[in-house]
Amino acid sequence: MANLALCAWQKLELGTAITEPGNAAQLKTGDWKTLHPVTDQEKCIKCGMCSVYCPEFCIHEDSEGFYPADLFYCKGCGICANECPKKAITMTMD
Amino acid sequence: MSKAIGLEVSLAIAEAVKQANVDVISAYPITPQTHIVEELSVYVANGELDAEYIPVESEHSAMSAAIGSSAAGARSYTATAAQGLAYMHETLFIASGMRLPIVMTVANRSLSAPISIWNDHSDIMAERDIGWVQLFGENGQEAYELSIMAFKIAEDHRVLLPVCVNIDGFILTHMIEPVTFIDQARIDEFLPPFKPALTLNPEKPVTMGPVGVPEVYTESRKQCEQALWRSHKVVREVFDEWYKKFDHEYKLIEKNGDLQGKTLFVTMGSQGETTMNAVENLQSQGESVGQVRIRLWRPFPREEFLEAIKGADRIIVIDRALSLGAYSGPVAQEILALLYSQEIRPRVYNIIAGLGGRDVTVNDFKEMYAQALKDSLDPNYTIWGVCSDAK
Repeated sequence: MANLALCAWQKLELGTAITEPGNAAQLKTGDWKTLHPVTDQEKCIKCGMCSVYCPEFCIHEDSEGFYPADLFYCKGCGICANECPKKAITMTMD
Repeated sequence: MSKAIGLEVSLAIAEAVKQANVDVISAYPITPQTHIVEELSVYVANGELDAEYIPVESEHSAMSAAIGSSAAGARSYTATAAQGLAYMHETLFIASGMRLPIVMTVANRSLSAPISIWNDHSDIMAERDIGWVQLFGENGQEAYELSIMAFKIAEDHRVLLPVCVNIDGFILTHMIEPVTFIDQARIDEFLPPFKPALTLNPEKPVTMGPVGVPEVYTESRKQCEQALWRSHKVVREVFDEWYKKFDHEYKLIEKNGDLQGKTLFVTMGSQGETTMNAVENLQSQGESVGQVRIRLWRPFPREEFLEAIKGADRIIVIDRALSLGAYSGPVAQEILALLYSQEIRPRVYNIIAGLGGRDVTVNDFKEMYAQALKDSLDPNYTIWGVCSDAK
C-alpha cells in the first residue's frame, strides 16, 4: 500500500490546526498550470503592468528592471500576457 | 448534599450549567428545550451567572457561535432539539473535528414530517456519527448531574471533544421531579476552570479548521476517532469520581431486575423507568427478567454491554426511532452487529416504541415480554402499537 499521507495521525496538531502562521507560502501552487509566461526582453519596456494585473502577486521586478513571474506560485492564467501593452509576453506550454 | 426540591427538569439543567460556570451560552429557542436557555438568560440578566449570552438567529448559528467561543478558550454551552439539531448538522461535525469541548443538551424530540413537538430519539439517531460523546439521562437527578459531568468529560485533555447530553423532551424536560442540588463549592472542586489546549490568540496565531487535503484528511479523522475511543475510559473515570465525591453511582451500562434474567429489556433514556416498573412487576410473578440500560451511546461501551447481557436467552431491544429501509432500529443494529462476533448469541427482538410522544406503559412492556416468550414478534422489528386494518 502506497503511503499517501503527509504525516502520521499522531503528529497532526489538535483538530488539524496550523500552528505556524503563514506557512501556506510553503505550498507550491504553481504546479496547477499548463502554460507559463515567457517575456521577450527585446519588446519589454519594463512598465510593470503585468505585475499590477497579476492576480497571484507573483510577478516582481528583478535587479535588471524586468518582471519575471515566480513559477512556484504562477497559475498560468495569462492575464499578464493579455494586459502587456507591447505584447511582449507569450504563454508557453509547460 | 442539601434537601431535594421539586423542580422542572429543564430548570435543573439550567442550574447545572450555571454551576458549571460557563463563559458563553449561545441560544435559540426550540420546544422542548427552550426553558433551559430561557432560565439561563435570567441568570445572566440578574447577574447570578457571569457569562456572554448570545441570542442567535438559528441553530446553525448557535453551534457556530459555540464553536467560535470554544476555540477562543471559553467554556461554551448550547441546547437544542429535533429540527434545531438537524439544522446544526454540518456544524456538529466541525465541533468534533476541531476538537472543541462544547456541551449541549438535546431535549430529544421527533423530526418532521408530520410536525411533532413530542418525544422520540429520531433527532439524535440522525446524528449518531458526529464524533461527539453521547450520553442519555433517565430522570431529573441524572439530567442535572450528567450536565455537570459532561463538561469534565469534554474538557479532559485526553478527550477534547464535544459532549451531548440527551434528555427526553417533555417526558423529562417538562416534568417536575425531586432534584437534589450540590453545593457550589463542591462543584467547583469537582470541575476546575477550563484549560484549553489550543486557542485563538493574536499573540500566538493558529489556523483552526483549515483545508484537509487528501494527504491529511484520513489522519485527521483518525485523530478524532481515537479521541472518541479514549473518552470511554474518561467517562468511566468521571463517573467513578462523581460516585466517590457525591455518592451517586453511574455506570456506562446499568442493570437492574434479575441480573441473570433469561429475558432482558434493553432501553435508553427515560423509557427505562417505565420498563423498570414492568420488570419488577413481572419478577414478582416469578418471571426471569431483567433490564439493561444504555447510558453511554457514543462511544458504545461494547465490553460492558456484552458483560451485562451474558447468560440471557433473549433480549428485547427498545428503539425510539426508525431507521427507514433498514432491518432494525438504530440501537438494535448496533447490538446485532456486536453479537455477530460472539459465539453465544441471544435471540434479539426489536421493538420500535414511543414514536412522536406516544405513551408506552408498564402494560405495554409486559405485553412485549409475553409476545417475545411466545416468539410471536416480527423477526426484524415491530412498530409497537401501530394501528392497522390489514387482515
